[in-house]
Amino acid sequence: MREILELLERDASLSHDTLATMTGRPVAEVSAQIAAWEEAGVIRRYKAVVDWEKVDGAEATEVTAFIDVAVAPARGVGFDDVAERISRFDEVRSCYLVSGGHDLRCTVVGSNIRAVSDFVSRKLSTIDRVTATATHFVLHTHKRDGDTFFEPEPDHRLRVTP
Amino acid sequence: MKPLNDVIASCPPSGIRRFFDIAAEMDDVISLGVGEPDFVTPWRIREAGIYALEHGYTTYTSNAGLPELRRLICGELEKRYAAQYAWDTECLITTGVSEGLDLALRVLLNPGDEVVVPEPCYVAYEPCVSFAGGTPVRVATRWEADFAIDPATVEAAITPRTKAILIGSPANPTGAVQPRAALEGLVRLAEKHDLYLISDEIYDRLTYDDTHVCLGAVPGARERTVVLGGFSKAQAMTGWRVGWICAPQAVAELCVRVHQYTMLCAPHVSQIAAVEALKEADGDVREMVADYDRRRRVFVKGLREIGLECPEPGGAFYAFPSIRSSGLDSETFAERLLHEESVAVVPGNVFGPSGEGHIRCSYATALPQLEEALVRIDRFLGSLR
Repeated sequence: MREILELLERDASLSHDTLATMTGRPVAEVSAQIAAWEEAGVIRRYKAVVDWEKVDGAEATEVTAFIDVAVAPARGVGFDDVAERISRFDEVRSCYLVSGGHDLRCTVVGSNIRAVSDFVSRKLSTIDRVTATATHFVLHTHKRDGDTFFEPEPDHRLRVTP
Repeated sequence: MKPLNDVIASCPPSGIRRFFDIAAEMDDVISLGVGEPDFVTPWRIREAGIYALEHGYTTYTSNAGLPELRRLICGELEKRYAAQYAWDTECLITTGVSEGLDLALRVLLNPGDEVVVPEPCYVAYEPCVSFAGGTPVRVATRWEADFAIDPATVEAAITPRTKAILIGSPANPTGAVQPRAALEGLVRLAEKHDLYLISDEIYDRLTYDDTHVCLGAVPGARERTVVLGGFSKAQAMTGWRVGWICAPQAVAELCVRVHQYTMLCAPHVSQIAAVEALKEADGDVREMVADYDRRRRVFVKGLREIGLECPEPGGAFYAFPSIRSSGLDSETFAERLLHEESVAVVPGNVFGPSGEGHIRCSYATALPQLEEALVRIDRFLGSLR
C-alpha cells in the first residue's frame, strides 16, 4: 500500500483505475484505502508542480527567500509557539526547526524583493523573542522537491532497435 | 573482384532495420519499437564515468577487465542466484552481451557444429552462430504455452552434430521467463547428450512475477554453461557497452584469448561506471524495475481490453501480443499501423517463424505514450473490421 502513496506523491493525477492496475489490486480496495488516507490526513491534499517562470516570465515571477530566524526559547514551549506564529503567515511557505547558527529556517514568498523585505522587517523580526534574522534571496531554482527545472534531455534513442 | 565471405554475405540484414528506416522519417511517431530503456543511466553512474574521464582513466585495463568489477559481478551472482564463479579465472568483462555471445560461440564451436536455438529469439542469435562457423537449428516455442521451452521438442532437434543450446531468459522479444522445470529439463538434456548451454541473462533483474533463475546455478549445469550478462538493461547503460561472461575456467580462458586479440578490453570508463552501478545503484535499479512492472500491468491489460490476446510477459520490457484476430500477417500489420496511426512496433516474424502473428511492443516508454499508443492501436483495429 505504501507504493500507492509513493506513486501519488510523484503523480497525483493517476486515476484509481490506473493505480489499481499498476499495483495489481482491486479498484474498490484502492479507492477505499485512498479515502481512508484522505480522512486520516495521511494524504493532506493534492497539488500541481508549477514552473511559474514559464507562466509569468523570469522578471515577473514571485521572489522567494530563505530566512534564518534566531529565537529565544521559552520555558514549556521552546520554539514551538514562535514557529507556529510565523507559520500562520501566508507569505511563509515552509518553516523548520533546524540545528546550526539559527533556530528556524523559513521559506518566504513575495511579489518582489521589497515585499519580502517589508515582511521580514515589519512582521517577522518584530515577533516577540525573535532576536535576529538573516535573509537569503533565491536567484534561480534548479531543483525543488525532487523536480528539476532545467530542460530534460531529449530522447536520444533510435526509434526502432533490436 | 573475388567474392566476399559466403556466410556473412548470405546472412540477411535484420528485419528491424527496415522499420527503423521508415519510422525515422516520420513525425509524431509513438515508438514501441525500442529495445532499450527509456531511462537515462542513473546520474550517480554517469557522474562516476565523468569522474573517471576527468582523472584520466582512459587507458586499457587487463584483458579480462578490472578485478574490482569482476569481484563485484561474481559476488552479485552468488548473493542473488547462488551461482558460484571465481572472479579471477571464470569471469571476464566484455563490450556488452553481444561480444560475450560472439566469444562464447567462437570458443565452443567447430565448423559444422549445430546450435539449437529456441525461437522466437533475439535477432543476433542465429547470425552469430553462423558467423562462428556453426549451424543454427531452430526449435519452435508456442505462445499458447507462454513460450516455455519444451525439452522434448528440443531433444527431437538434437543430432550427433549438436554442440550447444542457446537460450535467453527473460526473453527479447516475448518477455517470457523460462520456468525452472524447463531449465532443469534443458540441463538434463545437456548432460545426456554432452552439450554446452549458453544462457543470455541480460534481462535477469527485469523479472516481475518470479525470481530469476541463473542457469549456471541449476544443479548439473555449471560445468557446461556459459552465462552472459551485462549492464545495458537493468542499469540503463546500453551505450556504455559493458557486459560479462561467467563460465567454467577452460571456456573462460579461451574467451579471454579471443577477446585479448580482437577487443583487448572493454572500455575503461565503462568498467568504472559499472563498478559504481553495482556498488551504489541498486536502489536506482529497483526503482526502474518497479516502474517497468507498473507499465507492464497497465499496457498488457490495455492490449487485452482492445481485443489482442497477450501472453503474460514475466520479464524484460516487451509484450508480444497475437495479432491473428486482425487477419493480417505481422509485417503488414506493423507497416500499416506505422503508416496509418504512427505507432512503431516490430513485426514478430523477424524473431523467428514462431513470432509470425505477433508484434513486439516495448513498454520502455512513458505511461502517457503507452496509453496514447493503445488508443491508436484500438482505432487501427477498428478500421480493419
